Amino acid sequence: MSEPAEVRADTQFEFITFSAGGQNYCLEITQIREIRRWTPVTALPHTPPDVLGVMNLRGAVIPIFDLSARFGLGKTPANERNVVIVAAVEGTTIGLLVESVSEILSVEKSAIQETPDIKSEATRHSILGMISVDDTMVRVVNLEAVLEAGKGLAL
Amino acid sequence: MGGNSIRDTFFEECEELLESLVEGLSLLEENPEDMETINAVFRSVHSIKGGAGAFALDRLVGFAHAFETVMDKVRDKQLQIDEKLMALFHRSGDQLTDLVTAARDESDLNEEAESGLIKELESYLGGETAQEDFNFDALTLDFDGPAVEVPIEEATPSERAFTIKFKPDRSLYENGHEPLLIFDALAELGALTVEADVNDLPSFDDFDPNDAVISWTLKLVTGDTETTLHEVFEFVEGLCSLDVSVDEAATEALPQVQAELPGPASASPPEPEETPQAIAEQPTPSAAAKPAAAQSGGGAASKESRGPKPTLRVDLDRVDRLINTVGELIINQAMISQRIEELDLPTVAHLTNELEAYKLLARDIQEGVMAIRAQPVKPLFQRMSRIVREASDATSKKSKLVTVGDSTEVDKTVIERLADPLTHMIRNAVDHGLEKPEVREEAGKDPTGTIRLSAAHRSGSVFIEISDDGAGLNRDRILQKAIEKNLVAADAELSDPEIDNLLFLPGFSTAGQVSALSGRGVGMDVVKNAVQALGGRVSIASTQGKGTTFSIILPLTLAVLDGFVISVADQTMVIPISSILETIRPNPRDIHLVGTDSEVVSVRGAYVPIVDVASSLGLTETKEASGTGILLLVSTEMQGMTALRVTAIHDQRQVVIKSLESNYAAIPGVSAATILGDGKIALILDPEEIIKLGHSSGPDLFAQQARMELRNV
Repeated sequence: MSEPAEVRADTQFEFITFSAGGQNYCLEITQIREIRRWTPVTALPHTPPDVLGVMNLRGAVIPIFDLSARFGLGKTPANERNVVIVAAVEGTTIGLLVESVSEILSVEKSAIQETPDIKSEATRHSILGMISVDDTMVRVVNLEAVLEAGKGLAL
Repeated sequence: MGGNSIRDTFFEECEELLESLVEGLSLLEENPEDMETINAVFRSVHSIKGGAGAFALDRLVGFAHAFETVMDKVRDKQLQIDEKLMALFHRSGDQLTDLVTAARDESDLNEEAESGLIKELESYLGGETAQEDFNFDALTLDFDGPAVEVPIEEATPSERAFTIKFKPDRSLYENGHEPLLIFDALAELGALTVEADVNDLPSFDDFDPNDAVISWTLKLVTGDTETTLHEVFEFVEGLCSLDVSVDEAATEALPQVQAELPGPASASPPEPEETPQAIAEQPTPSAAAKPAAAQSGGGAASKESRGPKPTLRVDLDRVDRLINTVGELIINQAMISQRIEELDLPTVAHLTNELEAYKLLARDIQEGVMAIRAQPVKPLFQRMSRIVREASDATSKKSKLVTVGDSTEVDKTVIERLADPLTHMIRNAVDHGLEKPEVREEAGKDPTGTIRLSAAHRSGSVFIEISDDGAGLNRDRILQKAIEKNLVAADAELSDPEIDNLLFLPGFSTAGQVSALSGRGVGMDVVKNAVQALGGRVSIASTQGKGTTFSIILPLTLAVLDGFVISVADQTMVIPISSILETIRPNPRDIHLVGTDSEVVSVRGAYVPIVDVASSLGLTETKEASGTGILLLVSTEMQGMTALRVTAIHDQRQVVIKSLESNYAAIPGVSAATILGDGKIALILDPEEIIKLGHSSGPDLFAQQARMELRNV
């Protein structure tokens, strides 16, 4: 569960920011494989509502999560700007449905603030840190946590 | 790593040699007089010794030498193989295996057993000790024997060579045709050589880029007819000058193409018509060599008639990469077919033929690639004979292992992952299954118990059975134990199969005390999980006093399956064809309601319960759509005959299995996923699980449970 921010030696980090459930999030650019337009997925039976289904990514079957629903912010409403962020973590490839992708954010390591001591354990676990951009706050998503919760079903 | 490659090769060879050693020993058991087998065993031990000497593995050399010396005595007919010596050979073989493993892993091995065995072996040598020279001269390795057993595919006699003179007109290019595409199409028909004639090419100043100046002479060797050939040029007819002739000279030149193949192919005669004869001649040397070797079997060890077939060592990753790519090819082929069908072209007659050929080729490639991964279960079974020996020694029972069908080929992964469960089950069979020799005699049975291990292909699956002729399952004790462990309610009324299946529950072990062998906390549930992870199932059948049989049913390959493409509640899914007995479009009169929500269908007088796939998967389906649908009759190990209701069947096709687990997690009722022709993903259903889901509580409860587990993470 090492923070990607600490693994890298250089101090400049690039993030892709996006919005999900009306909130701003970001992922480190090295974790992102590609960004695709939303295409209908094959639904899976017996899965929680944040698992939208599986999609064919050049021959691989990858699960698509609704990030907004995963964070308990309700289902992402269908919209033309919706995109799927394909990300890889620990050898697993997953897709995250988000409302829209905004920009590439380049920040110093010092600009990433630790998640303050908030009440919800789940929230603290799924957010690695925070970056303030102008007046808004961008949350760094802990991809491992998203995946872990997904794998919980296998138990 | 690179520096050790010779050493690695040695150990790889050792594995093969040990395999043939074990095989030889088991053959000897049946026929101790067979000199060929004795020689083969001797050679295996000797080769290990020789190799070990080169790597200064002294302990291995020392032991192999003692072993070999005794074998040599047997070979010279100075020693008779009796039961005692046979057992010693078996144990020595085991010890040799251990020594090889220890040498490979550079781990330490208990010397006690080794020196004890060496003593025992030396006791057979009478006065002369094992001090004679380590002698490597006796063996000349003979690799150039009848090595080539691969039948070389010869050109079919019907193949002809065509010479095509092709000179495009200006209009051909103006119409947007491309000669290269035509050549590609021709190359698909057979071996093609293309020669461009640039004599008409004007000087640069006179050159008109719109003019067609280059002509081609094409030589094609193909089994197809001239008509097929003309079809290739169909669209350019009238736009070029075309001259097709059958070329006798070129036909004779055909073997030149073949001459590049290694071995006897170079001996193929100039006329293809004579080819069959040439093929018939090839096996003769090997056929002649074999009897010769058998006759002079008592002599020098130089006859390699039982030598292994030539093989090629390939990194497994490369094979897997190939398999994956071929999987993609199959999907791609399906996609192309579907796209072309959608185009609804008016004259697609030969396009359809080509597509069909493409499909067959793709399948051929796939089968070929799959065959690379398929391996006989023999080595796995041979390993089990040692388990049986050790288990019987530890429990002071007498037992023998009988293997059936060990040439059955199974995917390599399956073999690898089956080793542990099988070991466990074999141990169980000896430890729990068989009775003590005294008890057996009292019951009027042979004091030596038999463990039967069999493998067979049956309708797209591999059946592996482990049976013992012991006392059978003690159902009262199993039930009692399960009640003690709170696995079932004390007042539960269970049928015999249900009691038997209690064995598979986690944390169940009947052995009163933890014996040295089984009952180490690893229960049958581990076996079951391992088999299920391979997409298979385990079942038990037991007869009181007669014995117990465990059956493992595994899919033949982990990569493809033949399935029905069905639709369930607007979703396209695939169901393995192997599980389906028949499909029924039921007459509404044949469907009867039992209770409030259970339905049965009468099939030729028998009532079969209906399970609605959509509802057992938790997919909502509108009431009117559910209607009668189509019923798929399946027979399962656990639930007997059941009819699965789906909305429609669309197609039957081979699909490539894509694991869901690799990126997500296992989903109840779904064994894997596949990619259909349109690029969409379809889920592959697991009929047995579907039926279980349908019988058990509602799907909502299941989802809830899954949700709970998620929260606990």
